[in-house]
Amino acid sequence: MSPDPSSPGPAQTSKARSAPAGKPGSTPYVDPARRAQSRRKTRRDVTVASVSLVLFLTLVVILVSRLPGWPAVQAAFFDPQIFRSSFWPVLQALVVNIKIFLVAEVVILPLGLVVALCRRSTAPVLLPLRFVATVYTDVFRGMPTLLVVFLLGFGVPALNIPGLTPDPLIWGGLALVLSYGAYVGEVFRAGLASVHPSQTMAARSLGLSPLQATRFVVLPQAVRRVVPPLLNDFVSLQKDTALVGVLGPIEALRQAQIISYELFNFTPYVVAALLFIAMTIPLARYTDWLQSRQERRTSVAAPA
Amino acid sequence: MPGKSLLLLPLAAVLLAACAAPASTAVPQASGSTLACSPSSVPLVTPGTLTVSTSKPAYPPYVMDDNPASGKGFESAVAYAVATKLGFTPAQVKWSFVTFEQSYAPGAKPFDFGLQQVSITPERAKVIDFSTPYYSANQAVVALTKNTAASSATSVADLKQLKLGVQVGTTSLNYVTSVIAPTQQPYVFNDTDGAKRALNNGTIDAIVVDLPTAFYITAAEIPGSTVVGQFKGSDAAGQQWGLTLAKNSGLTACVDKALADLTTSGELAKIQDQWLSTEAKAPYFTQ
Repeated sequence: MSPDPSSPGPAQTSKARSAPAGKPGSTPYVDPARRAQSRRKTRRDVTVASVSLVLFLTLVVILVSRLPGWPAVQAAFFDPQIFRSSFWPVLQALVVNIKIFLVAEVVILPLGLVVALCRRSTAPVLLPLRFVATVYTDVFRGMPTLLVVFLLGFGVPALNIPGLTPDPLIWGGLALVLSYGAYVGEVFRAGLASVHPSQTMAARSLGLSPLQATRFVVLPQAVRRVVPPLLNDFVSLQKDTALVGVLGPIEALRQAQIISYELFNFTPYVVAALLFIAMTIPLARYTDWLQSRQERRTSVAAPA
Repeated sequence: MPGKSLLLLPLAAVLLAACAAPASTAVPQASGSTLACSPSSVPLVTPGTLTVSTSKPAYPPYVMDDNPASGKGFESAVAYAVATKLGFTPAQVKWSFVTFEQSYAPGAKPFDFGLQQVSITPERAKVIDFSTPYYSANQAVVALTKNTAASSATSVADLKQLKLGVQVGTTSLNYVTSVIAPTQQPYVFNDTDGAKRALNNGTIDAIVVDLPTAFYITAAEIPGSTVVGQFKGSDAAGQQWGLTLAKNSGLTACVDKALADLTTSGELAKIQDQWLSTEAKAPYFTQ
């Protein structure tokens, strides 16, 4: 083993060798003194940032609470007693929202992917597919989701087709699937377009069929790239599950409205808002994690 | 990385503080030993004009053709009768259209008084002023005649098995949950239109609404529907409708006086007979 000519110094070579650089995910060697200094700096930064944040928020709270209308707003939106009494009913109704979006998300992903693949097909014989997929995307992405919910939830059962369920949860859920399938289709399409054509060419030159090239080379790269915008759409979907409430089922926002109408107070809506936020946080943190993992993979893995 | 979660702590603390401190809203009670109720003496949103609010759309038989300014419909007629008692000419009455939320949102109200079948309850009265009641509505059940399980119901027990629909914000929902206590969760709609559609589609078996609306639906809106029955007025609270006013409004005592005068003179009963079906009879549900 001859010493690496590019290694910084004799004291560091052994450690540098024990932690091989260039392997994805590994931590490169850092001088302990520098590491300690950087840790001190981090601690100082966090302290300064926290103090600054507390000061800023305190200032905001003081200023807002001094406004003449604040007591009325506080009583209408932040009543602690109503907060407590409405929390449980709204949380119970949130089960309906969770049911809708869990099922919808599972259906939306393959639908969006199929739409994207149809729109990116090039064979002349597949023109009808491209046509249908394009019209679907234009119509359902452009239409207000509420109208889709009304059309499917009130319109379709009124056709009196024998054997068709009038269950509003199913029709409302289907409306969300159609609406968000169009969005997700476009996200997938952007992902597919972002994979360089040379990838397909290389795959084809290795003897893969066009279908195999898409399945094993293009799709994995495309899907990985669009995970953050996909989850973005899903967070939006989670909130839009409240639209199904117009068809009759008591979901979280409707339950909040019922209590709000009973008590003439807006606090139940705040409860619903906090629950909706809480519901989206796991997904948001998961997106962050996926993104940082991807960044680590692409930046550290670069060969020296 | 742990710094990130540290940063969230103060944020949470501030949010909690915003919720915790109880509001102290001590507004002096409007005092007046002798009641002076004339267009020039009462406090108004727009001086010289009585601004009356209702919903948009407003439904018959309370407002006909969604046009309260016509004076046609029970609530429209009541509003003009009260305005006249207060000394306003019909031309001085202006209508504003508010959502249900606007009637209890904090801040200045865009109306002098409003009426949209709002039931008087103690909780609501903490937030806004109510006039004395101008109508007392019984709750009723509407079903399609062909749905025999629903249309032949005679007792509260018969109703328990049904899928029931109501409009949000109405006391009908309280009625359903407290008096009927159905085995299936009731369906709640933005307005009676949604409930009517679901009734036609077979999503629900019956609608619970106030009796005048029930008669209107069966007579003019849904062919093949029937008023299955009504509940005795004393079965639950919140059957009385009041005019809505800003909390501690200087106008409350005046509209109360106007309503009292209209009741003694028999004018209110006459308006009621004119617009609300009293001819049609609906059986009372037994327990």
